Amino acid sequence: MTLNPLLSFVSQVGQRSLQSVREVGYHAALLAEAFYWLLFGHWRRQPVRLGAVFKEAVGVGVNAIPIVALASFATGMMLAIQGIYTLRTFGAEGQVVLGIALSVTREFAPLITGIFVAGRSGSAIAARIGTMQISQEIDALRVIGINPVRYLVAPLLAAMLLTLPALTILSDLVALFGGALYCAGELSLPMGIFFERTFEVLVAEDVIHGVLKSFIFAVIVTLIGAGNGFNVSAGAEGVGQATTRAVVLGCIGIILADMVFTFLTSR
Amino acid sequence: MNATDLAIDVSHLVTHYGSRKILDDISFQARQGEIMVIMGGSGSGKSTLLRHLLGLHQPTSGSIRLLGKDITQLSADEMYDLRKNMGVAFQGGALFNSMTVGENVELPLREHTRLDENTMRIMSRMKLEVVNLAGFENLMPSELSGGMIKRAALARAIVMDPRLLFFDEPSAGLDPVVSAELDELILILRDAMNMTIVVVTHELESAFKIADRITVLDQGRILMSDTVAAVRASSNERIQSLLNRKPRNEAINPDEYMERLTREIF
Repeated sequence: MTLNPLLSFVSQVGQRSLQSVREVGYHAALLAEAFYWLLFGHWRRQPVRLGAVFKEAVGVGVNAIPIVALASFATGMMLAIQGIYTLRTFGAEGQVVLGIALSVTREFAPLITGIFVAGRSGSAIAARIGTMQISQEIDALRVIGINPVRYLVAPLLAAMLLTLPALTILSDLVALFGGALYCAGELSLPMGIFFERTFEVLVAEDVIHGVLKSFIFAVIVTLIGAGNGFNVSAGAEGVGQATTRAVVLGCIGIILADMVFTFLTSR
Repeated sequence: MNATDLAIDVSHLVTHYGSRKILDDISFQARQGEIMVIMGGSGSGKSTLLRHLLGLHQPTSGSIRLLGKDITQLSADEMYDLRKNMGVAFQGGALFNSMTVGENVELPLREHTRLDENTMRIMSRMKLEVVNLAGFENLMPSELSGGMIKRAALARAIVMDPRLLFFDEPSAGLDPVVSAELDELILILRDAMNMTIVVVTHELESAFKIADRITVLDQGRILMSDTVAAVRASSNERIQSLLNRKPRNEAINPDEYMERLTREIF
């Protein structure tokens, strides 16, 4: 009897680990299949349609512009406020431009964009695919002879890979604008000078660093959203759980991937 | 019966869900141009059998030959070609909610053919005429009633003029008049287009009205697969109780009963 709780704990840990490994494997297979259809669908008589890619791009990218712009503007301004507050201790307020320029392009713009797209679209993807799963629409696609990954996931992945980097660059500009606006008020630093100094300190590599991250985030958001949607089995509650998981895992995945990427490239 | 005019030939099909056996040694045939009704109570395995016939799952063992091809052995490309000759109307319709009725019906044409836009539209309207839904092509699925959804799903299933049509529970959730109309429609499709039609149902009245032959499933096994008259005349107890809507009165084994109640209690 005394062994029972320990045994069940160990077996639970084992089952959880197995489940996690299985899930990672599943998402990797999903990624490989989505890329396969994007690249070779044409030869298999099942091309990924450009119209579908553009439709998704509007949904996940263009429609996200207002919210991403607002969040980026606030972030830029927040960085300026904190930067000036901290640097004042050393009497080095003038250096705030360097801090804003680097942290926005390398870190904040891709991260803010990724998290907002994960919250907006990751959940929507999971809910859409999950609902299609329980109403047998996924089965209907398969019996018509349409591969669900090619039809639902591949266009989304393409749209994400197109729009997330673009949104990140937009976020760069808006956040810098937010920082410049605050500096203009607080330090009486003309905006022209702010941007002049910004472009002096920034090198292409800083912007590319952020954009590369956004490609990784695009893959994470799409896969976690779609994967959780396909695995829905238990009715409306299942769709709700999948949606929540897609957002939580999507955000966590983005932050962890960000940390690893920064660790590997910035030392 | 000659093997070449068999549209469906299932032999020794065994399937599992996890470690639980769902279908056990299923064998039956259907000829081209025949309506085969698969009948059975809830939990008899008829939905599972349908999903295997559609190639949505891989069986544990046995073979399923559709139009002469064993779908358990086909490559993805061969299956893709075979699917052009198969139409399926799901129980809940499974219409794509983001598309209009017309777009739903056009989808198979759009994916499998290179017809121009107007031809596809005319063809989808023709099929909507067949199922009495003319003029509804611009509505969304959420704006349709239950019977209309089933008919729209049927229109989508037949838009490629398939040789095989599968229909899951055509009369479930419909009033008697609408379900009688659907039965008529199924008969018309067989006569006009020489389709082989597999209907899965638990509605006796509808089954006897449309079937050429009936396969009766019970607890994952085939009780019989024969003509309507033979099924009616069967002396099998389970078939008779299914036909006469008698409840199952299985004797309870006291030991098993106690075991079930006390299982996993320490």
